[in-house]
Amino acid sequence: MVTTITMRRIEANFAQRPEEATPDGVADHVMEVKDLNAFYGSFRAIKDISMPMQRNAVTAIIGPSGCGKSTLVRCLNRMHELSDGGRIEGEILFDGEDINAPEVDPVELRSRIGMVFQKPNPFPKSIYNNVAFGLQINGFRGNMAEAVEGSLRKAALWDEVKDRLKDSALSLSGGQQQRLCIARAIAIEPEVILMDEPCSALDPIATLAIEDLIRELKEQYSIVIVTHNMQQAARVSDETAFLMVGEDRSGYLVEFDSTEQMFTNPSHEQTEAYITGRFS
Amino acid sequence: MPRTIFEQELTTLQDDLLVMGSMVEKAIVKAMDALRNRDMQAAREVVRDDDIIDDKQVEIEERCIHVIATQTPVARDLRYLLAVLYIGAELERMADYAEGIGKISLMMGDEPPLKPLIDIPRMADKTIDMMRMSLDSLVGRDIGLAYQVCDDDDDVDALYDQVFRELLTYMIEDPRNIKRATYLVWVAHDLERVADRATNIAEQVLFLVTGSKKKAPAAQG
Repeated sequence: MVTTITMRRIEANFAQRPEEATPDGVADHVMEVKDLNAFYGSFRAIKDISMPMQRNAVTAIIGPSGCGKSTLVRCLNRMHELSDGGRIEGEILFDGEDINAPEVDPVELRSRIGMVFQKPNPFPKSIYNNVAFGLQINGFRGNMAEAVEGSLRKAALWDEVKDRLKDSALSLSGGQQQRLCIARAIAIEPEVILMDEPCSALDPIATLAIEDLIRELKEQYSIVIVTHNMQQAARVSDETAFLMVGEDRSGYLVEFDSTEQMFTNPSHEQTEAYITGRFS
Repeated sequence: MPRTIFEQELTTLQDDLLVMGSMVEKAIVKAMDALRNRDMQAAREVVRDDDIIDDKQVEIEERCIHVIATQTPVARDLRYLLAVLYIGAELERMADYAEGIGKISLMMGDEPPLKPLIDIPRMADKTIDMMRMSLDSLVGRDIGLAYQVCDDDDDVDALYDQVFRELLTYMIEDPRNIKRATYLVWVAHDLERVADRATNIAEQVLFLVTGSKKKAPAAQG
């Protein structure tokens, strides 16, 4: 379960994280997917996907419904294996290590690779306790109030909730709830944050607030975002993966490139057709 | 096919650009005819009608902005709309050069011609060809044709040098020729600039098709 490594990491969290030195021009991949196939029973949902995810960058995954975007992102913190018949083939490296190796504790892994879902899902507790809860169960022993405030500040929510920390999280607006979920995710100081259509249940203003937040968060975290909204991918991400669904209904990777390249001059006709809205 | 309205808007923009192109071509031809035939009425019309071309450019620009604002174009569509904006501005400048030639005709008035016009009309023909080809390359998304335009610019530059040197000899020979020779240098210079604008249009087509802003090899030198 919760390991001392996690605890040490959480406590180190509020000290400054040292800048990771990367030689110029050398890509620093926080995660890497190699020949990934994901199954639900006998059905192959995604096939042969290989792509890297850069550290301190936002990687967007776009594609039509049913192309396996969510499945792919759920593989990245081993949530896919919790689905009925969920299993994978291939390799997923996190800081160079295979996350599916037998010695890896999936619960520990998920504390290092956090997730934010489509619909905000705060606990039916106070705003304060929503953030404190994750820290408590992870055995955090530092100054809890400071830790909660720090996370709420990073999630750009502090100013809106500082006078009502004891109120129910459910009293917040949808956009605020989603930022609270982000605060909850970053409280335990993950390295990677996975976001599965984090704005699809929000209005345009709340969406833009989350997008601004994503751009700020990438200074400290690596982010992988699944989105239906192509303009959102264009606005927030550094690199984009475009998935399509094949005739066998399996999702496959069509193109992976810098977001700028993808939205000005994609290499593949299918990408062009999809992002320009001529996909039929 | 999804996005029917968007497709229609893009097609209409191209049609408008071609209409504007033909207006500019007519203006250049008319300006040259006015110069050759000393037709003051035609020269005045070229100067007057430049406003109509300016209005057309504004109309195209406004429609482009509307499409960009409402349709959030990306990739090829975005490059296309940027190309339309740019090409519209280039055509408008070309029309200004036609207007410039018209004004030169008016300034020359009844003065006797310095010399028969030989190379300048050749420059004009070549330049108009380049302009047509550049717009054809847009319609056909034809990279080969666009490169051809870039290559042809060298011929117009060479003709311009030739015309300039020749007129210079007239000026050296007799300083009283300077005024009339200068008028013709201006005309040649205007035509040379039109050819440069046609080359810019061709380069926009290369950008539209390839996505690269790199200039054509022939045009780099």
